[in-house]
Amino acid sequence: MTGSSAVWWGVIGASLACYGLKLAGLSVPDRVLEHPMTVRVANLIPVGLLGALIAVQVFATGQALALDARVVGLGVAVLLLVARAPFLVVVGAAALTAALVRLL
Amino acid sequence: MSPEAAEPTDRGVVVDSLGVGLATGAYGISFGAIGTASGLTLAQTCVLSLLMFSGASQFAFAGVVASGGNPVTGGVTAVLLGSRNMFYGLGMAPRLRVHGWRRLLAAHVVIDESTAMGVARESDRHARIGFYVTGTSIFVLWNLMTFVGALAGNALGDPRTYGLDAAVGAAFLALLWPRLTAWPQRIVAAIGALVAIGAVPLTPAGAPIIIGGAIAVAAGLWLTRGESDAEITDALEHPADQHHHDRPHSRDDTRDERGGS
Repeated sequence: MTGSSAVWWGVIGASLACYGLKLAGLSVPDRVLEHPMTVRVANLIPVGLLGALIAVQVFATGQALALDARVVGLGVAVLLLVARAPFLVVVGAAALTAALVRLL
Repeated sequence: MSPEAAEPTDRGVVVDSLGVGLATGAYGISFGAIGTASGLTLAQTCVLSLLMFSGASQFAFAGVVASGGNPVTGGVTAVLLGSRNMFYGLGMAPRLRVHGWRRLLAAHVVIDESTAMGVARESDRHARIGFYVTGTSIFVLWNLMTFVGALAGNALGDPRTYGLDAAVGAAFLALLWPRLTAWPQRIVAAIGALVAIGAVPLTPAGAPIIIGGAIAVAAGLWLTRGESDAEITDALEHPADQHHHDRPHSRDDTRDERGGS
């Protein structure tokens, strides 16, 4: 089965390369980490990253944009966050809302 | 700007992280089902979850194989998508400060969710708890569910039926929320979201996150360019890490009045 062994090479090779990239990011030396510019960048990363993650998680289906039950779930999450609800209440209510909207 | 007021307990961080871990790990069943449906063997599908452990990269690999592309093309696509984990590592490294074999283990769980649950924390202790608990719980559940999905195929249903996809978006929003107290942060988050949405139809899955995040960070650097390094470092340092005395940080109020940009 040469086809299957080629797939194995792809699986192992790409997995090692993906791991190497993760390790490289964690291995940047301390003096670079303590540089003020790195501090600024590292502290902006969560805000920009979370903004992008939320948008993709809620509006993307593969490479297409979609408005579906997830948007209603996010709306409920916003209302609960404004009302200062606890984290798991926000997350649970968003899931329940989306599941109910899909049932209708 | 008083994030200490809402500072969670260790237990709170663990519970939150396990919540995201369960919601995300459940998707392993989708990957298991899609992997074997794409023509990968059960072993290949499970090894991808064990060794690659990066959702978007794994789906990309399976997708290329399913569409008749060769495994090299699939591998290159997967690695390009996995490159964002390198930037996540850059964000997590100052919080984790790991060396030796611990770093080798920590690197494997550098993914979207563990980074999001880690970097958003105020103290380094909570950043570590959030990162490791989220990463480890997702790793265990993702691999377990990959195996189940690969065996059972699509018979068990879609996690979306239970609204789990909406749960992850809400979790990320709840993490972002306390950081949206000042205008530069609000603008950076909005730019990240809008650029990512714009990139979705144009780029492969996974890429919009790193493109949106990168442009938002660049915009944030430009917005705060007028502030001196000392001011910024002082404002961004985490109170829990400082050898501070019992004096209140009332200077933050005057800085807010002057505006950040």
